[in-house]
This record gives sequence, C-alpha cells and structure tokens, in this order.
Amino acid sequence: MLAADLLVAQNIGFGIIALLMVVGALRVVTVNNVVHAALWLVVVLSGAAAQYLLLSAEFVAITQVLVYVGAVMVLFLFGTMLTRARIGAENDLNNKNWKIAIPVSLLMLGVMSWVIVDGFSDEKLIENPGEMAQVPVQLISDDIFGPYLLPFWALSFVLLVAVIGAIVLARKD
Amino acid sequence: MLTAQFLLLGAVLFCIGVYGVLARKNAVMVLMSIELILNSVNLNLLAFSVRHGSVDGNTFALYIIAIAAAEVGVGLAMVLLIYRNRRTIALDDLSEMKG
Amino acid sequence: MLAAEATAEVHASSGWFLEHAWVIPIIPAVAFALIIFFGKKMPMKGSEFGVASMLASLVLAVGAAWQWIQRVDGVAGAAHSAAEEGAHHAAPFVGPIIREWTWWQSGGFEFGIGQHIDGLALTLLVVAFISTLVQVYSLEYLRGDRRYTHFFAALTLFSGGMLAMVLADNTILFLLGWEIMGLCSFMLIGHWWEEEANSRAALKAFFTVRVGDMGLLIGTGILFFSANSWTQEHLGVSGFNISGLSAWAMSGAASQSALTWGAVALFVACIGKSGQFPLHTWLPDAMAGPTPVSSLLHSSTMVVAGVFLVGRLYPVFWEGMKIGDTNINFIVLIGGITIVIAALLAFVQHDIKKVLAYSTVSQLGYMMLGLGAGAWLPAIFHIFTHAFFKACLFLAAGSVSHSGSHHSFDMKKDMGGLAKKMPVTATTWIISTLALAGVFPLAGFFSKDEIIDNVGHNGYNAFMIVGLSGAFLTAAYMTRATYLTFFGEARGAAAGEHHDEHAAHDAHTDHGVHDAHVGHDTHAAHDDHDAHAAHGDHGPHESPKLITVPLMILAALALVAGLANATPFGSNWERFKKYVEPSSEYVVAESAVASGPGESIVLPAAEEGEKKEGCAVVAPEEGKVCYFPTVSHAKFKWSKAALSLVIVAFGLISSWLFCVQYYTRRNRRLVGLTERNVVLRGGYKVLWNKYYLDALYEKVIVRAVAYPISRAAYWFNQNVLDGIVNAAGKISRRVAGWVYRNIDQRVVDGAVNGSGAAARGTGGALRPVQSGKVNQYGALLFAAAAIGALILVIINT
Repeated sequence: MLAADLLVAQNIGFGIIALLMVVGALRVVTVNNVVHAALWLVVVLSGAAAQYLLLSAEFVAITQVLVYVGAVMVLFLFGTMLTRARIGAENDLNNKNWKIAIPVSLLMLGVMSWVIVDGFSDEKLIENPGEMAQVPVQLISDDIFGPYLLPFWALSFVLLVAVIGAIVLARKD
Repeated sequence: MLTAQFLLLGAVLFCIGVYGVLARKNAVMVLMSIELILNSVNLNLLAFSVRHGSVDGNTFALYIIAIAAAEVGVGLAMVLLIYRNRRTIALDDLSEMKG
Repeated sequence: MLAAEATAEVHASSGWFLEHAWVIPIIPAVAFALIIFFGKKMPMKGSEFGVASMLASLVLAVGAAWQWIQRVDGVAGAAHSAAEEGAHHAAPFVGPIIREWTWWQSGGFEFGIGQHIDGLALTLLVVAFISTLVQVYSLEYLRGDRRYTHFFAALTLFSGGMLAMVLADNTILFLLGWEIMGLCSFMLIGHWWEEEANSRAALKAFFTVRVGDMGLLIGTGILFFSANSWTQEHLGVSGFNISGLSAWAMSGAASQSALTWGAVALFVACIGKSGQFPLHTWLPDAMAGPTPVSSLLHSSTMVVAGVFLVGRLYPVFWEGMKIGDTNINFIVLIGGITIVIAALLAFVQHDIKKVLAYSTVSQLGYMMLGLGAGAWLPAIFHIFTHAFFKACLFLAAGSVSHSGSHHSFDMKKDMGGLAKKMPVTATTWIISTLALAGVFPLAGFFSKDEIIDNVGHNGYNAFMIVGLSGAFLTAAYMTRATYLTFFGEARGAAAGEHHDEHAAHDAHTDHGVHDAHVGHDTHAAHDDHDAHAAHGDHGPHESPKLITVPLMILAALALVAGLANATPFGSNWERFKKYVEPSSEYVVAESAVASGPGESIVLPAAEEGEKKEGCAVVAPEEGKVCYFPTVSHAKFKWSKAALSLVIVAFGLISSWLFCVQYYTRRNRRLVGLTERNVVLRGGYKVLWNKYYLDALYEKVIVRAVAYPISRAAYWFNQNVLDGIVNAAGKISRRVAGWVYRNIDQRVVDGAVNGSGAAARGTGGALRPVQSGKVNQYGALLFAAAAIGALILVIINT
C-alpha cells in the first residue's frame, strides 16, 4: 500500500473511531441509566484502545482492553449492582447545580482547543506514517525497570495500599 | 495524521469528563467520568510519545492505567461503604465537609 | 610562591569508625522499628532498645571522633616536621571522609545517600551523648506514662534523624533528617495530646516550622539547578552534594543571584527551625511537651539544626550574603534582633520552662549572629557548650517539677526556697546558669565571649553592642529565675501544700500552655507514685538517682567544656579550632566521593609571613577547588573580655538585689511599679503579649488572608454562581410568563432555590463557601484552572 493511501486510511479510521468515542462519552455523561452509561463507557474505552493501535502502541492498547474493558468495567457493574436495588432508568442522576458544569467545561474546551490549534496547527505527527515502527515491549520494560524504576515502586505501593484500603473499607463489621 | 487531531480528541474527552464529574450526582457515574479524563490524558501521552520518537509516553500510559485500576477499586469500596451507611450514593447528600 | 616549591606529601589516616560512620544513624532507626513492633512486650516496655541504641551510637561516635583527631594530628604532625626541616607549610586542608551510594534514580537523575564526616560532623558526638542522658533521665521521669513505649520510639527516631542530618553528604539526605526531626518534634510536643493546649502547641510548632521548611525545599532546588553542571564537570558529583556545593560557591563561577537567593531561602528554613525572629513563637509553646523532650529537642539538638545548616553550607552563605565584605547582612540582623527580643521576653515569664525556652531562642540568636558575622568557629563551639548547660537547665527544671513542686512549672506559685530541699538539683542549676551567663571560667564564657569578640573584630560593631547587651540580659533573667525557684520563701507546692490538682490546673491555663503532667490523664502515673515510699507525702525532696546522675554529668561538662577551646590560654588550648575548622586551602579538584581512606594530601607551600592567604582572597589556580572561606579570628585580649565579664557581673548582681527587694522584702517602691508607671506598664504589656506576634499571625495574617478568600468565595458563590442561574431565571421570566409556571418553577427556580437553600443552610457567617458539596468545589476548581490557563495563554501570546 502506498504511503498516501495508508495516510488516508489512517485518517478515515481515526475519524470514525473519534466520532464513536465522542458520542459514547456524551452518552456516558447524559444517559439516565447507570448500566447503560457503563456500556457506553465500554465503547469509549475500546475506541481509545483502537486509537492507541493507530499510534502504534500495541502493548498499551492490549493492556487497555485487558484492564479497562475487562476488569474495571466488571468492577463498575458490580458496584452498580451492589449499591442499587433497581437497575433501570432513573430521573435524577444529575445534581442540582448541573448547569454550572456546562459553562465550566465549555470554557476549558475553548482554552485547550485554542492552545492546541495555536501550537500544533498543521504539524504532522510523523512525516512518513509507513515508517511508524511498533514499539517493542522490550523497550518499554527497559524503560520501566531502568530510569523509571522509582515510579514503578511507588505504583506497586499504591496498588498494595489500594488493595488493603478496599478490603478495610468494604469489610463488614 | 496531524498532532492536533489526537490532542483535540483528548481535549474533547477531557471536557466531557469534567462535565460528568461536575454534573453527576451518582458516585459511580462520577467515577466513570474520571475514567474518561484519565483516558484522554493517555491519548495525549501516546501522541507525544510518537511525536518525540520516545518510549516514555507508553511507560507512563501504562502507569496511568494501573493507577486508574487502583483508583476505581478504592473508589468503589468507598461508594459501597457510603451506601451501607446511608442507603444512598447521591453525592448531593454528602456534606460532611461543610465548614 | 616565593617559598619552597618543594611540597611534601603525607598520608591522612582513616579508620574503621570513620569509614563506617554511616552506621551511627542506622542504629536508632532500627531501634525505632524494634520499639514499635516489640516494645510493648519487652520487660522495660521498649525503653531498653532506645537506651541501648543510643549507647551504641555514642560508642561509634566517640570512635569516629577519636579517629578524626588522629587524622588531623597525623597531617599536622607531618606538616610540623616538614617545617622543622626547613620547608614552610601552612596547615593543610584535611579532607572529609565521604562515601556515597546511589539511593534511587529517576529519569536520568541519580540521588545519592552517604556520609560526609569532618570536624563539623563531630556534632554527632553531642547529639548521641545528650540523647543517651535524656533517655536515661526519661526512664524515671516518664515512669508509668500511658504512652511510655511510643515516647521512647519517637525519641529514638528523633535521634536517628538528627544523626542522619549531621552526617548527610547531600542536601536531599539532609532534608530527610530535617523532616524526620520535625515529625518527631510534633509527636513529642503533643505527647499528652488529651489536653487541648498540648495538641495545639504541637500543631503550632509543626505549622510554623513548615513555613520555614518551604525555604529549605526552594533553596535546595535553587542550588541544585545552578550548581549541578559545575559540580558534575569539576567534581563528578551532583548539585545536591554538600562538598560539591561548597566548592561551587567558593569557585567564583557561581552566579551571585543564585547564591544570594539560595542562601536567603535556606536561611528562612533556619529561621523556622532554630526559632529565630519572627518565627520564634513556636518554641516557647513547644514546652508543652514532656521536659526531657524540651531538653533534647527544643534546646540542645533539634533547634540547632538551623545553625548547623548555616555552618554546613557556610561557603554558600558566605558568598551569598557577602559576609566577608559587609558589616550588616540578613543573618546578623535576624540573629541580633532575636537575641534581644527573646531575652526581654524571658523576664515576664512565670513558667520556668518558658524562661529557658526564651533563653534558648536568645542563645540561638547568638549562634546565628556569630555565623552571620564570620565567626564560624565560635558559633559552632557555642552549639557544643550550649547543648550541655541548656540540657542541664531543662533537666533540672524537670527535676524540680518532678520532686519539688508537685508537677507544676509555675515559679511564682509553686516554687521558692528549694535550694535546701534539693541540693543536687540546685547546685547543677546554678552551675549551668553561671555557664549560660558566661562567667569565667565556665563553658559559656569561652564560646559566647568569642562570638561577641569576633563579631566586633569582623567589623560588625553595632552587633557587638547587641551581643553585650544580650549578655547583660541573660545574666539578669537567669538570676531572676534562679531566685524565684531556689531562694526566697517557699510558696505553694514547694511549701508542701496539698492543693487540689484540678484547681491548680485551672489557675494555670491562663498562662497558656504548661506541662500536662498536672493533667488528669497522668493520674494513673500519679497513683503509682503514691505507692512509692520515696514519694511520701508529696513534699519537696531530692529526685532519684536516674535523674540526678545525668544532671551531675551535664553540670560537670558545663564546668569544663569551655576548656576545649580556651582561647585566652593560648593557641595550644584551641583544640576545637584545630580539629573542627576546615582549612581554607585550594586543593586539587578530584571526585569528592573518591577521597577515601589513606589518600595523599599535598602540603601546601605557605607564603612568607604570618598572613595566610586562602580561598576567595587569592584567585584559584586551574583545576583547584576550595571548600571553606577564609575566616579571620580575633586575637584574645583580657581587656575586651573584662568588659563583658563586668557587664555579666553587673547583670547578676543587680538582678539579684532587685529580686531580693521585689520578691522577698516586697519593697513598696518596686512592687506594683508596672501598674503605676505608664511606660513600664506599656512595656510589660507588650512583653506579656509576646510583642503581639501571635496575635499578628493568628488574628491579622490568618484573618487578612483566609478571611477575604473565604469571603470572596462566598460572594462568588452567592452572587456569580447563583447569579448565573438567577439571571437565567429572570430573563426567562420576562420572555415568557406562562412558561414560568411550567418550566421555570420546576427547573430554574428549583436550581436557584436549591442552591440558595443549600448555601443558606450550610453557610454560617464564617466559612460559607465550604458548603461541603463536592460538585461545587469541583466547579470552582476547574473554572479557576481554566481561567488561570487562559490568562497564561494570553500573557504568552
């Protein structure tokens, strides 16, 4: 496949997935049913995994599917089931001041879009997309266990604390 | 592929997430919105990773995924606890932090 | 270089203790863990770990000190014999023993952990020694306390932190030790936290010191980023390394603004930690902790950490503050102010520990004054001598309250005439008081007088007068405290009165924080005491051996410690100077870390004549660095010393006569003078209210900053946020009246009323923005972040 064709294909792929993600994300924050919101979140997270593939980050994409779409979503559904007697549409998932959130988030979007367009107006991510090499896992592991070992330790500690904390919090007594 | 397109997608997701955090009452929904925010950050990290030809972005994206998993675990445990004590998870009703 | 170019080489000896000095702080750290995990199961409730670890540290510290002395002696001896052969050599620079390992790395940065032991690091001898004595003393003083084990754990961890800080070879490790001490200080001040005043004092100490600690973080950062490339290039160490920073500061390559701001930021940290004006207010309140804590942390060791920091990175301060060239700078100014204001405050205290606390603040001011005026050695020597006699004074005060005044610290109510009942305590107290006042030939004379002398010698004449007036005040307020405690007629508990503890307790609360030993929570301990035959009828009596023996040891040291650097007796007596002060010589730049055992030291060829020309006086040669500035020493003159001795004697005698007239004879011309005379009354009021600094911090600053913010936030909440919704409501009301009942009523007004009601319901008059609603906080946060980003973007485009 020619580089130009590849570029077109990538751009079309990006557009479709991005549209799906934005629609999914909007549904997540607007639907009146917690379970539906969780399912829309699956759409967004899978879309994100696909975008990571486009960015040639295979390993992160796989982790995304495993951890997010797999484990985290199950947690969410469990959380929903354990905290609500009734699974179905509800009327008042928004709080009373929800209108304030609209100008605030629009303001943030405006500022960020301006900065992004101003700073990267038509800069190519990479000159020749055909050369975009997949990131070998070995490089990532060298990175994790080399210069970024300390954050890795801190992270392990955070996970340990999270496990203990979750047990302590959810313990019945 | 432009750099800006990934960054803009990230920005849109981020703002939708912020809206969700601010507007939602249900604690589980707030947690989901936070996941949106975290994913938008990951998208930025990976885009910049490609742009700079460095693998650091991937590393930190992985770290963020791990942090998010921990955060959801603890967050849901807290939600469960709140639910057990008050029979509701509506954040509006929680105003213990009132000064 | 006219003199002999022929250089001699000499091997600087090292030894096991010097090479392994890093073990010293690790022992208490391990003991801390042991106490926490196994302490409660042990027969002595964990205190045995604490005492044993401090003894072990002390032994190692003594070994290290001994080998350091051997090392300096070896080099000096070689220099001396070379001099006899005709080659003239100046005192060479004896390198510190530095060992460093990689602690952690992150993203290309490596952070080291290691030891840097030189003359100054021998401070650890004092730390280990006083820690040991205080732990022994605490065995008796806290017997039966409900948190006995935790007390020893915190005390031991504190010692570990302080030792780590003293031995630190880089600023990160220094910061670690510094913060460990801050944490332990908080835990120990609030040891009896059931009483609200104590926990408030602990919080106050913690927060006040934290304000200063920001300076340490900022200063470390400034120095690292300005020095790192230079130190990497010339010495192969990072910009955190202390000897690297010293060499960088002296190299002349450092940017002056980086040095100045770095030094100012670091000195802010010293102001907080060492209780200098204007952040000294926490130290007197910190006396709420148990007396051994006051003795160890808040007089002799932890509070000198700030002084130690200035002494440790002295080249940075020397160059940053231009100490050698000016006759006024930030450090001497703060030090001078602190000496006088703290000494004045000591006059109006009723609580014996608070007198000592203000005295400590004032003495720390002397150390800062000395460092700021280029009197490095006398200031460091004052750390040593002050540690002994101030620790002794605090322990004696504790002994008085423990056995003499029924756990009260109020000199006016519960003491007096105790000298006959408690001879050992009284004797040790008086010896230490005279040492503190600077009476010849006790310890304080040799250090304090040297500071004052050198301050004048280096051109800071105005501050020499401040130092002399401080000496007068010190003698006077200590005499007052001595008289009130040990002489005159016995009052209150000292007279053997059995007064109701709760009544006493209530009567004392108006003096602010006092020792919670009177508090109800230690009643259990009290009942134990009743069982003791020795405690008998609660009347005053001498304290048991575990208390008096540490007192006697410390008092003996207060007597003789000054002889370690007795300038008046000639240079042979200046041992402290010989072993502690680094020589200001250019040495060949090599990796500071590599200077391990047995490296060769090239004896520098000295110039003709007496005047030694060290760093910063002559230009450096290529490839040579220097670690210490050239400080000059005043020549001792009896005429100058006599002046200060006369001043001290005048202070002692006049104060004694005044006390006799005022407190015992109740001389009518003196009693009530503060009520009759307007000027005196005003002065007394200002002092009694501690210059209104606490009021300034709590009422003015906190109100002026926190109030408007919360008010503005409230206004924003009520007017802008609600206003947005309100406005929407009004517009829609006008546009379509009939929609009002259907939509507006339910949606918009609902939101308005809802948020209004929420705000009304939750908002008291004070902090209404803290509605407790997470969403509102979030909205404010994100909106503020977005607006902040917008402003940044606009500014930058």
